[in-house]
Amino acid sequence: MLGKKKLEPSGVDTTAMATTEPEKEQPWQELGLKQDEYEEIKNILGRRPTSSELAMYSVMWSEHCSYKSSKIYLRQFGEKVTDEMKTHLMVGMGENAGVVDIGEGLAVTFKVESHNHPSYIEPFQGAATGVGGIVRDILSMGARPIAVMDQLRFGAPGNTDTARVVHGVVDGISFYGNCLGLPNIGGETVFDSVYQGNPLVNALSIGSMKHEDLQLAKASNPGDLVILFGARTGADGIGGVSVLASETFESTGPTKRPAVQVGDPFAEKVLIECCLELFHSGVVAGIQDLGGAGISCATSELASNGGKGMRVQLQNVLLRDSTLTPEEILMSESQERMCAVVPKKKLKAFEEIVNKWEVEYSVLGDVIDEDRLYINWGHEEIVNVPPRTVAHDGPVYERPVTYPSYQADLNAANTSSLPRSENPVEIASQLLELIASPNQADKSWITAQYDKYVGGNTALSMPDDSGMIRVSEESGLGVALATDANGKYAYLNPYEGARLALAEAYRNVAVTGAVPRAVTNCLNFGSPENPEVMWQFKEATAGLADACLELGIPVTGGNVSFYNQSGDVAIYPTPVVGVLGVIDDVARRIPSGWQDDGNNIYLLGETFDELDGSAWAKDIHDHLGGQPPKVDLAKEKLLAELLHGASIQGLIESAHDLSEGGLGIAVLEAALRFNIGARIWLGDVQDRDNLDLTAAMFSESQSRVLVTVGREDDVKFQALCETRGVPCLRIGVTDATSGLIEIKDVADLKLDDIRSSWVSTMPELFG
Amino acid sequence: MKIGVITYPGTLDDRDAQRAIRLAGAEPVALWHADENLKKVDAVVLPGGFSYGDYLRCGAIAAKAPATKEVIRLAGQGLPVLGICNGFQILVESHLLPGGLIRNENQHFVCRDQKLKVENNQTAWTSLFEKDEEILIPLKNGEGGYIATDETLKMLEGENRIAFRYVETNPNGSMNDIAGLTNERGNVVGLMPHPEHAVEPGFGPDTSIAMKSGIDGLKFFQSVLQQVVNA
Repeated sequence: MLGKKKLEPSGVDTTAMATTEPEKEQPWQELGLKQDEYEEIKNILGRRPTSSELAMYSVMWSEHCSYKSSKIYLRQFGEKVTDEMKTHLMVGMGENAGVVDIGEGLAVTFKVESHNHPSYIEPFQGAATGVGGIVRDILSMGARPIAVMDQLRFGAPGNTDTARVVHGVVDGISFYGNCLGLPNIGGETVFDSVYQGNPLVNALSIGSMKHEDLQLAKASNPGDLVILFGARTGADGIGGVSVLASETFESTGPTKRPAVQVGDPFAEKVLIECCLELFHSGVVAGIQDLGGAGISCATSELASNGGKGMRVQLQNVLLRDSTLTPEEILMSESQERMCAVVPKKKLKAFEEIVNKWEVEYSVLGDVIDEDRLYINWGHEEIVNVPPRTVAHDGPVYERPVTYPSYQADLNAANTSSLPRSENPVEIASQLLELIASPNQADKSWITAQYDKYVGGNTALSMPDDSGMIRVSEESGLGVALATDANGKYAYLNPYEGARLALAEAYRNVAVTGAVPRAVTNCLNFGSPENPEVMWQFKEATAGLADACLELGIPVTGGNVSFYNQSGDVAIYPTPVVGVLGVIDDVARRIPSGWQDDGNNIYLLGETFDELDGSAWAKDIHDHLGGQPPKVDLAKEKLLAELLHGASIQGLIESAHDLSEGGLGIAVLEAALRFNIGARIWLGDVQDRDNLDLTAAMFSESQSRVLVTVGREDDVKFQALCETRGVPCLRIGVTDATSGLIEIKDVADLKLDDIRSSWVSTMPELFG
Repeated sequence: MKIGVITYPGTLDDRDAQRAIRLAGAEPVALWHADENLKKVDAVVLPGGFSYGDYLRCGAIAAKAPATKEVIRLAGQGLPVLGICNGFQILVESHLLPGGLIRNENQHFVCRDQKLKVENNQTAWTSLFEKDEEILIPLKNGEGGYIATDETLKMLEGENRIAFRYVETNPNGSMNDIAGLTNERGNVVGLMPHPEHAVEPGFGPDTSIAMKSGIDGLKFFQSVLQQVVNA
């Protein structure tokens, strides 16, 4: 922790003192800097840094802020793109969030970010401020935030600590998101003991705007004022970024609780409305939200992005705690704050708007035509640095990479050794066991705690395959969003795992009838200082970049979270991939569940005997090994085009993606959505694809979708599949009256029984 | 016909309420908490959200806002007022409706499609419903447990002041399954569920007919429209 003891116990360390007392010992190590990084700072400044400068550099050069270990790999996302892929990209990587043109003069911005470490220490505040932070990122692009989603990974459901984390995280997201008035439209919840000491809490937000409302985080006009507004600055989250995000949890050691930020969603809600009014009134020339690294980040980034400098009086910062030192003020991560660059002549208009919303503000300083960031504490200069060296020219590492020692054995230990029942009754009971397993069970215990209605534009939400939000009330233009990551697949093969995550998110968007357009990601990995983890990272980023190029959709931004491990044990590499799709009229969206009687059920795509890494292997046999399913992205693209075409022609009544648990689970989910039964036969699939019953039921082969088609559209639909070359097989018919899933030659399953075991798992585990 | 929608700092469903009013065929008028002037509207909606952050009892601070004071005054003269969720809490804190609202019984925020029974169709906001009609309205609240003294409950039951009751599931532990109330005169109605979220096909609750097709909430706004036009 950064405390007064380590920095100046009395008085303030000034740039003058840095010159007159050059040999003064400094706590660079405690602040997370390496020896050579400290030397580099001295090189840049031509003297030792002041304690304030040291605080700024240490936090801005932390892994979390500087991406120093990941930068060389992230470049691929900008390089492996074609001009065509950039057609709809208004703002790419590097800004607070990417901006995508969706037509009709409208754009959306979306991004997913991790808040893993704070959420383990203090699940409620950690998760709440995770939502708050990502929403401010979206807001700072000039957009009105319109929805949130969350991607959660918890430890084993049976572990007593899991309930603590689950309750805290879900309450935190519910509290903050609901109070902001943002519908929660989807997400993922996965349980696995590998996340026991390091849960993942990723939060996604999306916002919409008119093209002309786009804001950028830069201070480019000398003379403009730099104004901090929103909540006051307090002692919360001091050093949170460097201390929390760049260190691994040890079982011993001092408590880090005070380093977690505390959120106030009411302050953020008011701040959102206030900012939108500021944007629309044209009084803001640049805007940056305050998140990790607080004022250090906002001032240096605004100046660096604008290619200018800044002069700041730190004593003008409004404080919640008057005893804060300058270093603490610079590093504080107090929530619900924004920093605006405002032309002097618009100050009055600015003041009128913030006063209306009763938001506090103070003018910190102004933009100067010089490549310097000067920060004064009263009359004394405490910071005098080139802003770019703080914000953008941090260290870049090419860390050692090693093929993991366990990898070959892991890949060799495939599922061929697992027993496969030939008894249909036993296979049916495995299906029932899977649907009730924590990872496949109904998640409404969680989602019922989130407001999905607010805003009145939610066209799809959990448990549908994607969330969907209407952006234009006039035309019905909207966006679909899905995120996916299968940590097991990525552990078996990080390159393929990242491609698979993209393929699934892409497919989840396609089944709604939307056209996939852009990608975001949140890459959750272990310690980059472990060469085996770095190998996983290298493979996963290459896989994702290659796959994006193949599918023709660009990465617009993202986030890297390293050091996700307890002790020496890293989590599974978990590259969460989000895909955004556009739909010209949300009224055309395709439901994920069956609604009508007598519709034909078709399985699109081919099934292979692919059970390695499957839910069947893990949840029935506690086995993880082999290679994940193969994915042919050209087929994935073909499938998406078919779904879009069919939805335009109104041929499909429902479409549901096949993923974990395979065909068996997909059938049950489609039935449970609106409580419609079906008669299913698997014999034709087994014959065509040469499968035993276990593989037909549980294989996790990719590029497959379950669709239902009304009888009147049957011929047309089959013809469309044939023309487009998508394998299509009729495997059943819906039945609205039987209350049964009748699987021919396997079992007749009562929907009521399936539902009761499906819905009871989460409440039984978590009350 | 103009229907005002008050926005307090922290109000969330104001734009939804405005849309509902528009879809019902009336003109929504945005009102600001700090204004005493209600712009001569014909009716007022207090929408859902977390007014002033609801750090005190929900709705307690909003009950003292200048705009609310004017609502209280005009309600006494018969102005139709609908309080939804936080709006209901504000009406209770303003003593326009009796009782109180506390944390949900299970301690969690709950968002669900809720079946309600219309107990009183003689109010300004329920006249287009049949008596005892069952309707489906989204509910989403953390503090929706209705409480009152035995005496008050007896009075509410006796005077037909219970406008809506929860059917099948009582989602928040409300006494007597009370989902919404009316005042004696029938111009002030408050309820926890959100009729403004069931007004547009494609964005309402799921029904047996189609996904998100429920629009039972529209009749709240059409009722008041008819009432005012006929008055």
